[in-house]
Amino acid sequence: MNAQAVVDILMIVVSAATPLLIAAVGEIVAERAGVINLGLEGMMIVGAASGFAFAYLTDSTLLGVVAAALGGVAIAGVFAFLTLGLAANQVAAGLAMTIFGRGLANLVGAGFVGLKRARAPELRIPGLSDLPIVGKLLFGQDVFVYCAILLTAVVAYWLTRTRAGLTLRAVGEDHVSGHSLGLPVRSIRLAAVLFGGACAGVAGGYLSLAYTPFWSPDMTAGRGWIALALVVFASWRPWRALAGALLFGGVAVLALAFQGLGVPIPAQALNAAPYVTTIVVLVILSARDVRGATAPQSLGVSFIPDR
Amino acid sequence: MRIDLVARPQRSRLIEIAAPVAAMAVAILIGGVVVALVGRSPLTAFDVYFIEPLTQSYSLQAIAVKATPLVLIATGLIFCYRANFWNIGAEGQFVAGGALGGWLGLVTHDGALQGAIGGWWILPAMMVLGAIGGALYALIPALLRVRLNVSEILTSLMLVYVAQLALDWLVRGPWKDPEGHNLPVSVNFDPAASLPLLVDGGSLHLGVLFVPLAVALAAVVFSKTLFGYSVRLAGSAPRAARFGGFDDRAIAIAAFMISGALAGLAGVVEVSGKIGQLLPSISPGYGFSAIIVAFLGRLSPVGVLVAGLVLALTFVGGEDAQIAMHLPGDLTLAFQGVLLACVLAADVLARYRLLVSWGWGARS
Repeated sequence: MNAQAVVDILMIVVSAATPLLIAAVGEIVAERAGVINLGLEGMMIVGAASGFAFAYLTDSTLLGVVAAALGGVAIAGVFAFLTLGLAANQVAAGLAMTIFGRGLANLVGAGFVGLKRARAPELRIPGLSDLPIVGKLLFGQDVFVYCAILLTAVVAYWLTRTRAGLTLRAVGEDHVSGHSLGLPVRSIRLAAVLFGGACAGVAGGYLSLAYTPFWSPDMTAGRGWIALALVVFASWRPWRALAGALLFGGVAVLALAFQGLGVPIPAQALNAAPYVTTIVVLVILSARDVRGATAPQSLGVSFIPDR
Repeated sequence: MRIDLVARPQRSRLIEIAAPVAAMAVAILIGGVVVALVGRSPLTAFDVYFIEPLTQSYSLQAIAVKATPLVLIATGLIFCYRANFWNIGAEGQFVAGGALGGWLGLVTHDGALQGAIGGWWILPAMMVLGAIGGALYALIPALLRVRLNVSEILTSLMLVYVAQLALDWLVRGPWKDPEGHNLPVSVNFDPAASLPLLVDGGSLHLGVLFVPLAVALAAVVFSKTLFGYSVRLAGSAPRAARFGGFDDRAIAIAAFMISGALAGLAGVVEVSGKIGQLLPSISPGYGFSAIIVAFLGRLSPVGVLVAGLVLALTFVGGEDAQIAMHLPGDLTLAFQGVLLACVLAADVLARYRLLVSWGWGARS
């Protein structure tokens, strides 16, 4: 294999990792605030549908991305109303959003099946992007990739180095104490959930605007669930999510590469690899930390403030 | 805006029953608005979805056959959810059971292994294998959760994809019918490996009878046995359960295995009773729909029976609406999501009164 082939494979790894990373970083913020949103897959697919629909109708990738974010936020809003406003069970409400989102996205997207538009633009820095080997890898990705890395950096900094981030984590660790300190627990969680929804929507939008620049039903294909696993894999830390996303993306690409090279492994085994890897990683992580203490203590617990 | 929840002093029987009915009504209203937005008559859609299937013998049979896996799986899920374990991988346990049970149907094909004793034992053995397959598959997330504290939500879900891909590989590879014109299907099961039909020329098969059996058993276990009590206690008051001397690990493993066994049984019933052979995919998402059924039925066995029939009605009605009104099939999926959301909301409203205050001063 020559250097160019390696670069090509790495390019695919990066684009496979990007939607996972964006969705996972958003979910990290929500879960650090104490809310587990299993509706990730639903928010992603709605983002993919609304993003493609708006980008196609307005012929603007930027408006498509905004619509994708809003699509995710809309579903996240319903989820927040159920779990924060009504203190409904988070696991069940998240599942409802995934089922609903799939149905809704396929309904909205039905009119857009088979339509095509140009890929989201790629970065071009004259000189740098033309460097041999590393040029395209470092300076020639599409805009989403750089935004995803920026997002990771900002969220990582915000969560650990700012007062607001500390407050959010406090609410996720112990909402009762937070409430008695006068923190607006539910408002903070609402903001975190909506942020997670926007990220998930953009992650879906990446799929329909940049990854494969068209819409097809059920095109997220379980990536929302992988992103959820990625959050645990990363022990709720954004930079680790970046590493994990590359690893998960790499496993998915490995499947393609093996098939291309004619390695006699059934395609199904390779397709199952990301899921099996996730389980193995979860086991390894828990073996290292048996008490599972890295998870926010109030994760998934409904909060009903006394009046 | 601020929403406050005030616990109702006592839970009234009326509200308990009215809540899911109200949720259903609201979901139907929302569905009607969507149908109107698509430019069709909501009244006709209501008729096609919810009324017409109840008037035809063949669609009534279809409802019963569809409800069978939904109710069986959901009955098992109650055990997990009541004990506060989130098994959302019933779809995978369904596939595992269907595959293991179906395997016996394949190896006994054309009278093989039947010899002098005949084929009477094949069907019961298939059912048992199906239940075992599902239970063992559910044991994986259960053990990981109990021993290593790994989130059962993620592991059970990841295992769904693994099971689906494994079955896909088996049916396209070693289990493929050699005379099947290279189609990805197994051989057809012998009559000795197929659940007999209850109605000539219909679709109603013997497997439907597992439903009342499972529901009745589960109802008795929950209301009359120590195990049922310990499951409920472990879920609602885990500390009390531990102080009371109940082993929460054993409860978790038992709940998961019951849940998996029923999902696996549902899988082999579907394969042997309805499909008649193994296909790369044997479920249109029963394992996930069953989660809605479990909640719509308020996590009680009898409730699940009713809820399973209602959801089966939307499946059958949805298929009819696709043919009769050209409504997209995804409408059914969206409706089921809305329904689950409404049920969850209604559930809360049955337990709490809602106080809504407006204005920015009132935040929380």
